[in-house]
Order: sequence, then C-alpha cells, then structure tokens
Amino acid sequence: MDKNKINMAYSKFVENRLPKTKFFPSLLWAFLVGGLICCIGQGISDALVAIFPSLSKDNVQAYTLIILIFLASFLTGLGVYDRIGAFAGAGSIVPITGFSNSIASPAVEFKNEGLIFGLCVKMFSVAGPVIVTGIVSSMLVGLIYYIVGLL
Amino acid sequence: MIKKIGDNTIRFTLPPKIISGYAIVGPKEGQSPLAKYFDYILKNDAFNEKTYEKAERKMLEQAISGAIDKANLLATDIDILLSGDLLNQIISASFSARQIQTSFIGMFGACSTMTESLAVGACLIDGECANRVACATCSHFSTAERQFRFPLELGCQRPPTAQWTVTGAGCSIVSREGTGHNITHVTFGKVIDFGINDMNNMGAAMAPAAADTLKNLFKDTNTSPGDYDLIITGDLGKLGSEIMVDLMENYGYKMGENYADCGQMIFSNTQKSFMGGSGCGCSASVMNSYVLSKLDSGEYKKVILMSTGALVSTTSTQQGETIPGIAHAVIVEKGNK
Repeated sequence: MDKNKINMAYSKFVENRLPKTKFFPSLLWAFLVGGLICCIGQGISDALVAIFPSLSKDNVQAYTLIILIFLASFLTGLGVYDRIGAFAGAGSIVPITGFSNSIASPAVEFKNEGLIFGLCVKMFSVAGPVIVTGIVSSMLVGLIYYIVGLL
Repeated sequence: MIKKIGDNTIRFTLPPKIISGYAIVGPKEGQSPLAKYFDYILKNDAFNEKTYEKAERKMLEQAISGAIDKANLLATDIDILLSGDLLNQIISASFSARQIQTSFIGMFGACSTMTESLAVGACLIDGECANRVACATCSHFSTAERQFRFPLELGCQRPPTAQWTVTGAGCSIVSREGTGHNITHVTFGKVIDFGINDMNNMGAAMAPAAADTLKNLFKDTNTSPGDYDLIITGDLGKLGSEIMVDLMENYGYKMGENYADCGQMIFSNTQKSFMGGSGCGCSASVMNSYVLSKLDSGEYKKVILMSTGALVSTTSTQQGETIPGIAHAVIVEKGNK
C-alpha cells in the first residue's frame, strides 16, 4: 500500500474513534450565557436611560458598549472570563465581551516580554483577524453601496 | 562486540543502573491519585517566580539537584547532564544547565525526552564514556499553552480530544556503579507520520510511532507483552492509548492489564483534563516517582518505559504539515535496592 492510502485509512480509523462534542449541553450553555450577557447589556442601557434622561440614544449605546467591554476586560484580568468561556463557548465569544477578552488576554499573557514587543505587538494576535475581516468587509459593502448609488 | 540486537534495540552487557529519581509537580497534578508518590508538590504554579518560564526552569533545577541529593552525590559527581524540554531552543534545560556546572547535552524529542535521555545516558555509561549521568526533563502548562496554543485567559473551548500539559519535572541519575534498577535494553524509535494534522489530537499522531517502537522492541528481544509487569507509555492519553492497543493487535501483540499510560494516570477523571496529561513532565514525573517506587517495593520486576513525542511546531502546522511522532523505549529490571 502506498503512503497516501495508509494515511487515509488511518485518518478514517481515527475519525471513527473521536469523542464527539455533546451538542445539546454546548448549545444550551451558549444560549443561556450569551442571552444573559445580552440581558446585562439591556439592563445597563435601561439604567443609563433612567439615570441620565438627557443622553441621546447613540450615546446610551456607546456607553453600554464601553461598560460591557470594561467588565469583560476586568473579568479577564481577574482570571474569571476564561472559566466562563470554557463552558459557554460561543455564548461568551460572540458578544462584544468576547472581543474584549480576546484583546485583554494576550495583553496580560505577553506583558512579561515588555511593553512594546510583548503587550503592544501581541495584543491583537487573537483579535487581529476579526479586525481585518471587519475592515475588508465594510470596505466591500461601502463599494457596493457606492456603485448602487451611482445607478 | 556490537551491542545492537535486531534492528532497533541495544542490549547492555553490564546494565547501567537508575540509582535515584526525583519528581516535582504542579498543584493540579498534586491532587492526582499519584500525589503520594511525588517528591515535591508546588503550592502555586508560578513557583514564586515572575514568569512561568522561570518557574519551569526552577522546577527542573530542583528535580536535578533533588535526584543528586537522593543518590548521596554532589553535582560534581555527575559527568554529563542530558536534558531537554518543550520550549523553543530548549531554554529550560540549557538555562538550568547554566546553574549546574557540568557537561551538558541538550536533548529534544518533544514529550519523549525522558526516555530519550535515559536511553542515550545508558548508552554513554555502557560505552564507558561516563560514570554517572543525570537525565532530566520538564514541562509547564502555562508555558506550553502560550507557545503552542492561546493565551491562558482567552475564553475559548478545547475540543474533546485535547490533552492537558503537565506542570512537572523529573530527573533520574544513571550510574555504572551503586545500587539501583537495571536498564537492560533500550529501543530507539523511528519518526513515524500517519498524516494526522490536528494539533488538538496528539494522541492519534503519536500512537503509530509508539506501536512501531513497541513492536520492534518485542521482535528484537523476542519477548511479548505478558513478559513484563508494566508497560507504560508517556502521554498518549485515552484516545491515543486505545489506538495504540488496536495497532498492536494488528501487529499480533495483545496488550493486557499490564499496560498503562502516564497521561491517563496523572489526572483523575474529575480534573477536566480531557484525554489526559501530556508534555515532557508527564512521563518524567510519573516514571521517576510511581514506577521507581513500585520497582523499589518489588511489586514490579520488569517494566518498559516508553515516552512518546509529537514532533510538532506551530510554524509547520500552520503551513499545513502533518505531525510526525516518535517513541523511545527503555526496559528496566528491578535491581537490589
């Protein structure tokens, strides 16, 4: 048998034995924690409106995001966020708190390598692709928007 | 006289002896079922150091000096230190060697470094190139995570096939003279690659190499699994062990109750370590504590130690390369200790 066939047979053999991710509990936890984070966001937003009635809607949104980002970074620094993430999965990655965690965690991790080459350089090692995708896709959408506007 | 028997095995005429062993582990490993066998358990995994790299180094230094102390020797009695670890440029080993001023040979066999250095050390002694050698290795969960995976505080999930890098270090002193357990044979492994490219499934990547080395050992020494009291692999984990047992059956060897895996032993089922422990420190800490003490007590008379390594690099994996594996085996027989 040639090498490729052996490798294919082995991959298939391994695949059959792989332990499966338990979908139902994973989905349930992601839903509950993700939902809870959104509820907390809504709560912050409502509280802001109640305390500062003069704030514009845009400002309320911005302050809510800033508070959520701060809370997630704070919990990352305390070493709590990764424990939430371990069972919540996408539930705590997808909201903006996950993005905050993905920037704060390498910053904490690599601060020993120095302020510039450690903290600043590595800070975006996880979140970098997200930012690039965001910029590229908004550029494409903008371009389409512009072309459609010309017609 | 050539000491090589068969294709891959070396038989020693005057077996080098393991005269002492020292194992040090982190706090999580300290809660394991094997806790009572370890020489020292860290209270915090930073070991009162500023960085985890320094903590790893300090563990290795303590393991080496601890093993030397247990053998009632001085550092100057050691001719050669053979040591390696998982970090880039094996910094833990070479920086520890800076403290322990003796001839140093840096070893790299990924997680197979423990038996690799034992095997090379035994050869050096049998070849009359040294009287006493120290064979040591270490790993640390937090240094391995940042080098191979993600920052510690990142809230991501591990796949069920993942393994947990052991925080620990171990050192064996191998000597021509003195009382200890005899290294009778060593089998150096071949690099085997069956095309696994999942960094989170090291067990499956290493299992074919482990099975190959074990098969060669049985063939060269004309023995079978039943002839040993314990056959222990390094860090195949649950999935990797099962695969290896199946592969061995294909080769015509039935593995029995005497087969165990350090990775599966070092954590209890409630410790959330997925498939089990991994890393150089996994086999180093279990072999230098549990296995040696069972040989001391006479419960085991003849054992096979086989650390297994996945020769993985983040660069090669990102470039789409597969993960080659390696395993080196050492046969140890109870001596009069």
